Formats: sequence, structure tokens, C-alpha cells
Amino acid sequence: MKRFFPWLVLMLAAGWVIASFFPPKTKPGGPDLVTFGKLPVLVGGRVKPLDTVARNSLLIVHGKQTLLLPDGRELSAIQWLADLLFNPRLADGAPLFVIRSPEVLSLFGWEQSDRKYFSFNELASFGKQIDEQGEQSEKLESVQRSSFQSEILNLRNALVLYQRVKNSLRPDDAEGFSKELDAYAAAIPPAVEAAGHREKGETFDKSKLEAVVGFVGRYQNIANMAYMFAVPANSPQWQPIGAALLQALSTGEIHPIVRAYAELGDAYEAGDSRAFNQQVSTLHDWFAKDQPVATKRTSFEFFFNHVDPFSHSMDLYLLAFLLACGSWLVWTRPLNRAAFYLLLLTLAVHTFGLISRMYLQERPPVTNLYSSAIFIGWGAVIVALILERIFRDGIGAACAGAIGFTTLIIAHHLAGSGDTLEMLQAVLDTNLWLATHVVVVTTGYAAMFLAGMLAMIYIIRGVFTPSLKKPIADSLARMTYGVVCFATLFSFVGTVLGGIWADQSWGRFWGWDPKENGAVLIVLWCAITLHARWGGFIRQRGLMIMAIFGNIVTSFSWFGVNMLGVGLHSYGFMEKAFPWLCAFIASQLALMAVAAMPLERWRSFRGTIASDRKTLRRDEAPVPSPAN
Amino acid sequence: MLRKFIDLLTSLKLTIVCLAAGMILIFAGTLAQVHLGIWEAQQRYFQSMVVWWPAESRGFQIPIFPGGHLIGAVLLVNLIAAHVKRFQWNLRKLGIHLTHAGLIIMLAGGLFTDLFAVESNMRLSNGDTKNFSEAPRKVELAVIDTSDPELDQVTAIPEALLRRGGTIEHNSLPFRIVVRNFFQNSRLKMASEAGGSLKPIANQGPGAQVVVEPVPRATGMNDRDLVSAAVEIITPERSLGTWLVSDALGAPQTFSAGGRTWQLAMRPARYYKPYSVTLQKFTHEKYAGTEIPKNFASKVTLIDPERSVNRNVLIYMNHPLRYRGETYYQAGFEPDDRTTILQVVRNPSFIAPYVACIVVAAGLLVQFGYHLVGFSRRRRAVPA
Repeated sequence: MKRFFPWLVLMLAAGWVIASFFPPKTKPGGPDLVTFGKLPVLVGGRVKPLDTVARNSLLIVHGKQTLLLPDGRELSAIQWLADLLFNPRLADGAPLFVIRSPEVLSLFGWEQSDRKYFSFNELASFGKQIDEQGEQSEKLESVQRSSFQSEILNLRNALVLYQRVKNSLRPDDAEGFSKELDAYAAAIPPAVEAAGHREKGETFDKSKLEAVVGFVGRYQNIANMAYMFAVPANSPQWQPIGAALLQALSTGEIHPIVRAYAELGDAYEAGDSRAFNQQVSTLHDWFAKDQPVATKRTSFEFFFNHVDPFSHSMDLYLLAFLLACGSWLVWTRPLNRAAFYLLLLTLAVHTFGLISRMYLQERPPVTNLYSSAIFIGWGAVIVALILERIFRDGIGAACAGAIGFTTLIIAHHLAGSGDTLEMLQAVLDTNLWLATHVVVVTTGYAAMFLAGMLAMIYIIRGVFTPSLKKPIADSLARMTYGVVCFATLFSFVGTVLGGIWADQSWGRFWGWDPKENGAVLIVLWCAITLHARWGGFIRQRGLMIMAIFGNIVTSFSWFGVNMLGVGLHSYGFMEKAFPWLCAFIASQLALMAVAAMPLERWRSFRGTIASDRKTLRRDEAPVPSPAN
Repeated sequence: MLRKFIDLLTSLKLTIVCLAAGMILIFAGTLAQVHLGIWEAQQRYFQSMVVWWPAESRGFQIPIFPGGHLIGAVLLVNLIAAHVKRFQWNLRKLGIHLTHAGLIIMLAGGLFTDLFAVESNMRLSNGDTKNFSEAPRKVELAVIDTSDPELDQVTAIPEALLRRGGTIEHNSLPFRIVVRNFFQNSRLKMASEAGGSLKPIANQGPGAQVVVEPVPRATGMNDRDLVSAAVEIITPERSLGTWLVSDALGAPQTFSAGGRTWQLAMRPARYYKPYSVTLQKFTHEKYAGTEIPKNFASKVTLIDPERSVNRNVLIYMNHPLRYRGETYYQAGFEPDDRTTILQVVRNPSFIAPYVACIVVAAGLLVQFGYHLVGFSRRRRAVPA
């Protein structure tokens, strides 16, 4: 059993991951929402599958990627989107919008209850109030908003998004949209003729012109509102359906995509799955022929969404962490092995996710805060696994599990604002610097967190358990020291590369931007730590305390400076993250205080110290170094 | 005594104290940026010898912390002194020497940049041609002799000279200029709207109907001081009167003296170039269906008769134009999307960080690589 245990764990985990590689099945006789979910549209400047649009929109409006209906059914994102687009009367009744603040509820004259989700129908009559309040709080900087103001603004933005999505493929009050289009198409030629007469000053039939005017206003409206651009056009880029319909005035023809979406919608509303599936496959074939590259990418993105590599990795990292910690108590070899194998598998899944994102975005791995979290986790896990391979004592594995899990949790919470593959601001539009400066500097962050994690293990094991034997303590110290060196190199080079980028783009090597300051704080802290060690001012324990403080410095540089809301790097203020950051810093300070206790009070050192203090002092000699 | 001082100067403790002080300074300075704006915080914390408290008061101030220049200088001296004292030429120390040599280059380069780099900007609307760039935060009083229809003769009086006040004389000017009032930051109001408390300080030109209200120096990130002054023009014969000159007044004011026509204008300080830049077209692209900027680009024509250059250049994000020691960057635009703002930088020591980065990176690699080799050798010697 002991021998097979690691393999058993690995096989179970692999089976679990592989199971998600198989595409979801369509209910026989039901609408083919899988193919529907792969259809490409342009949103936020990027061509993506409807499935991504559904997931992101639902995440923004509802805070989750699935929707629980009052009758107990759970709708997937794409089911919800199909309802919203083609059967809005049904969707409007679903409890969707999140309201937590009692102040917002009282604005509508509602009392606080257990409910936190409200439907569009319930909120519709308060539209004007929500709009006014939202507009007022929009004028404030995000730092200045009260919780009421930020919640009402979120609600307003969610309602706007909801309305825009709803009017993306057809007006939300359309009944039998393909019939409407027939009427429109029939009305165009006479109207064009009448307009021609009018231009020449001849008599013309006014009613024929007016027949079109109603349509034009209606389509102009959805063209302005549309969230998705569904019709690929050569110039300039994709168009909303409304714009394509207006174009029909001059071409005299309605674009086949518009027709197909109209029939698709009518079939969905009527519950005619066969007709729906037929239209879906027509659309799919059309896109595959007309937009082969985009279709390939959106199909892959659909697969990527479905596999969801980061959620899988998150769970597996946690399991590996527990196995590694367990290995220090019982069953050392098998648990240690199992943790290591499991981590290799998880790293593979994590890497798959990272590379998929790079393929989808055609960018280096780090382009925003979300991807920095994913990359920091990835980098730290690799270094930790190298340590584990060298030392084989479960410490590297525990660090890999803990950091992998934590960074992916952070990434998960950062994804709440919508598309994590968003387009880049013009300044950032350079793969060279994204690939060098950003990657190197985030690798430096990863190393700092890894050093901090090693130090935490040292202190927790030393203070609270008797398990920190001298060889373990020494190897932990060596690992921490080595990782701090690694962090110094990467943080320094990354920071200077950032300066060089700035010099190339703004002519200013150093601008004292908060993010730059954060990066230089890390470099300075590394320099202090290393010099203090070389000068003999600190020993093992001092190194550990300083490495934990490194966690604080790094978290300030990674997140804290963004919360200041100044400078070029302030991509997104995250008020929700603020208490978490404070809690993290407090926990690290507490650990430092614990570590500062006299060594006699540490459980691992109790006996040794009482018997011979001097031995320990001598054993604690600094890591050999050729420093001055 | 000297010995002790040298020991202190070369000590590792001093290095650590400086680094720690640097961290505290940068942390405090970063937080201060929230209220002061990046530029002002930079002046007070990083580009100063000491940080003063309270920062605002004009009277009593005490230094509370060493500023960026002081810490940087001490660190530089410490670094150089320690190396001079302990320098040994052997391979084991190669990494450390390289790293520190790179840091010396970087700190010295930073100091050089602070002293000698000049940043200015050039604002061009479609079709405009300019042969000068303007300082973002410095003004000058331009006295322009317009009597020659071919060529304007400009005498520029820098802000610092105006601030000092008194009488200004120059060979090219057949009159004296006496600075009567100087306002570092001010607000202008029509005298009719201001009520009775303030009186106009000028008696000539449009300034005679305007009152000037002094206001505290601007601290916001995008705020600028509005410098104003009242100057009296005195020819050898008589006083011509007092003019109000201000950045806010716009069009230059005209007067005659010594048989010639002159213009007076307070304007951003100009840096003239021996060549000219013409904006052909500014473009601002957005991603379809979003407000996210995709690219900003300025198509300009560069004309330099001296070097017989006449060519079109596209300046866009991350792709500046480098010409005759100056670099033009796409820095901004006006909301109408017709006007571009180019940042113009002259920085003779721009190469320092590039060299420093390579040297330090090499040094760290050698140093840590040396540790790593030693470490794995020891591990192999003692199998676990």
C-alpha cells in the first residue's frame, strides 16, 4: 500500500482533470448550446466565444458563473445568456442582481431580509433613481466613495450592462424578429425609390419613407446599445447587428448573419430545438469559412473555459499542501512522494492554463493584475519544486502547494471585474517589454513570497512543534538564503528593465511612480537582508524574520501601491482587497513577533538550549560567504 | 578621530542604515504622493537634501528626515570608500566588485540626470510648425522687438530673475525693466468683479482692468502655478508705465520705446532648436466598441536646413524620435484629437542605467553562481 499510495493519488487526480477535457454534452432533443457557445463575437475589442461573454457578464452582474433559479434549477452561464438574448421576459424575472447594502435596499423602500438577489423586473421601476445616484457617485474618485455609493454605482453599471447585452442581437421587445426583418427588407426598396424622387424634387410617396423611419430609429438604438458586435465586417471591424441592419438601407440586403441570428432567436423562443440547432450549425459553418482564424481561437477558448485549469489547479495545490504537511507527522515517504507527484501534475495543468492564455491573447504571460497572480504562483511553484527535488524533505512541496493555492485564490477574486484577457492600453502594447520587464519583476515577487513562505515554515515548526531539528533548520536557512539571492537578482534586473522601458517610451528612466517605488523597496529590502547576513548582524532567526517582512514589502509593492490610485501603474483600485491586505500584513507582523520570542520558548529548541546555549550559538554560524 | 571617521564611512553598518533610511523615505514619499501628487512629493522627498516639517509653512521648519539626495550621496561615498579601503583583486570578490561598480554607475548617472537632463514639451496642432519646445513648469518674460518684419528679436528674462525683483537691464533693450510685484501663483479677476479690496497693480494695457490675487503654490498632479508680475518700463527719459504680465493674459501686449515697437509676454520658457517640426497628422485609435486607447501616433515632418534633413517621421507609443541629442516621445493629446503633446528630453547620461543594469546583473550572477557551485560541491561531498 505504502508503495502504491503516491501512484494512486496521482492517477485519481489525473483522472479528475482528464474528465474535464471532454466537451459537455447537449441534452438529446434540447438546443445545442455547446456550438452556440462557440460562436464568435467582438466584445471589448477582442473576438471571443459567446460562452466567454456569458460567463463574464454573469460574473459581473451576479458575482458567480452560474445562476440558481427559485425553482431550484441551476442555469449555466450560456443558458442564462440564451434566455436573456432570445427570451428576455423569462430572464427579467430571474433573481440576478446582487444587493447587499441595507442602505441601497432602503433607497427602494425595502427592508433588509435574507434575500440578496433581485430580478430586473423588481428593479425596473427604480431605474431613474439608480441612474441618478450612480451618476453622482461616478463623479467621485473610487477612493472617496462610501460603501453605499460604490454599491449603487455597481448596481447601475450592472443594469446598464444587462440592458446592453439584452439588446445585442435583437431589440429586447422584438416579437418574431425574422418576420420583422422581412417587413423591413420589403419596405426598403420603395423607400429608396421615394427618397430618390424627393432628392430630385419630384413628387414622392411620404408613407413609404415613413414605413422605414420607425425601423431605422429602432435599429439605430440597438446599434448604439449593443454590447456584442456580432457581424464581421471588413471595414473598419466588426459591427453590431443594428449597424449591419442600417447598412441594408444602402446595400438593399440584410446580412446573412443577422438573418441567421434572427431565426435562431425565434426558434429558441418558440422552444423549437431542431430549428435552433439547424441555425446554429449554419452560423457555425459560415464563421468557420469566413473567419477561420477567429473560429479556431474561439473554439479553443470555449475548451479552455470548460477545462477551467486554474480551478482544478487550486484544489490540487491545496491537496498537495496537506499531503506535504502530513508527511512531517506520519507516513513520511509515501505522503512526501504523493505530494511531489501531485504537484508535478498540477504544475502541468497550471502551465497549460498559462500557455492557453498566452495563445488566446497573443501576449507574454503577464498583462494585468489577474495574470500576475497566476504567474507569481507558477514561478514560485517551479522554484519550490526545484528545492524539493534537492532537499526531498517536503518543505519545498508544502511551499509549492501553499503558494500555488493562495495565488490562484487571489487570481480567482481578481477575475470579478470581467474579462481577464482584456485588451491592453496603448502604452503597454509592446510584447518586448511585457516579456522582459514584467516577467522578470513578477518572478522576483514570486521568489520573495517563496522565501517568506520558507521562513514561515521555519518559525511555525520551530515555535509550535518539536520537529525543527538542526539539519532541517539548516537546510531551511540555506533554502531561504538562496531564494533571497534569486529574488534580489530578479527584482533588481526587473526594476531596472522597467526603468529602461520608461526611458524608451517617455524619456525618463525613473519617475518615482508608486509601482516603481514599490519595486525598489523590494530591491532595497533584499540588499539590506543580504548585507546584514554577510556582516553577521543577523543569523538564522534574523534571516527568517527579515524574509517574512519581505512578504509585507512584496505585498505592498504588488497590491498596496495600486490602492493609492496614483501614477501610470494604478490599474484598478481594489477596495475589496484592502482589508485582506491589512489582514495579511497583520498576520506577518504577528509571526515576526512570535519569532522574536527568546529561543528557549521555541518548542523545538527547549531542550537544546537549556542544556547548552553555547553549542546552539556556534551552530548558528552564518552561511559561509565571501562578503566584506 | 580621523580613523574613527574613516571606519564609520567605510562600515557595512552605514550601508545598512542608508538602505533602511532609503526604504523609509521611499515608503513615506509614496504615501505622500496621494495628497501631493507625484511631482511635488518627488521634489520634497526624493530630490532634496532633507525633508522638512511642516512642509507648507514659510516660517519655522525643522528637518525631520534625510532627503533622497543626501541618502544617495552618503551611500555613494560609503560604497566608494569601502571599496577603496578593502579592495582586493581576486576572483572570489569579482561578483561583489562588479555589482557595486554597477551601482556606482547607476547612482552617479541618477545624480547626473537630476542635474543635467532637461524635459520640455512641444504642443502641436495639425499643420503647426515649431522650432522650440516649452518648459512644463517654468515661465519667462519675453520682450520682443518686432520692428524688423523679417525677424523678431526676442530677449527672454527667466523666472528666477523676475522672482528676485529689482531692476533688469540688457544690452539689447533701450530701457530698464523694474519688477514691481511678483506672484509665484495667482488668480486674475476683472477689477469690476473683484469688489473694492484689491486694486489693479498695472496702469497700462489690459492689465489695468485686472486685479491679481496671490494664491498658495499648486500641489495637484496636473495643476500648474500661474505666475504673474507687474513690471515698469523706464526709458532714459521717463517711465512708460506699469504692465501686468501673466501666463493667463494670452496675447502679447505692445508698446513703443526707442523708436521701435515691442511686445511683452509672460509665457512658458522656450528652448529653441536649430531645426523645426511640423505636425502632419495626429491619430488616436481605440479598440472597436470600447474607449480603450489602442494607439496614439503623430506623423511629423522634420526639417533641418543645417544638415539638409527633410523627412517624415512617425512618433508613436514606445517608438520615439531621437534627433540631435534630443528624444521626442508621444506623451499626450488634447481632447479634440487634433493636437498632440510631444515630450522632448535631453539627457546626456541616459546610457548610464543601461550599462549599470548589465554590470550589476553580471555581478549578481557571478556572486550567486559562486555560492551555488560551492553549495552543490559541499552537498556532493557529504551525501545526505
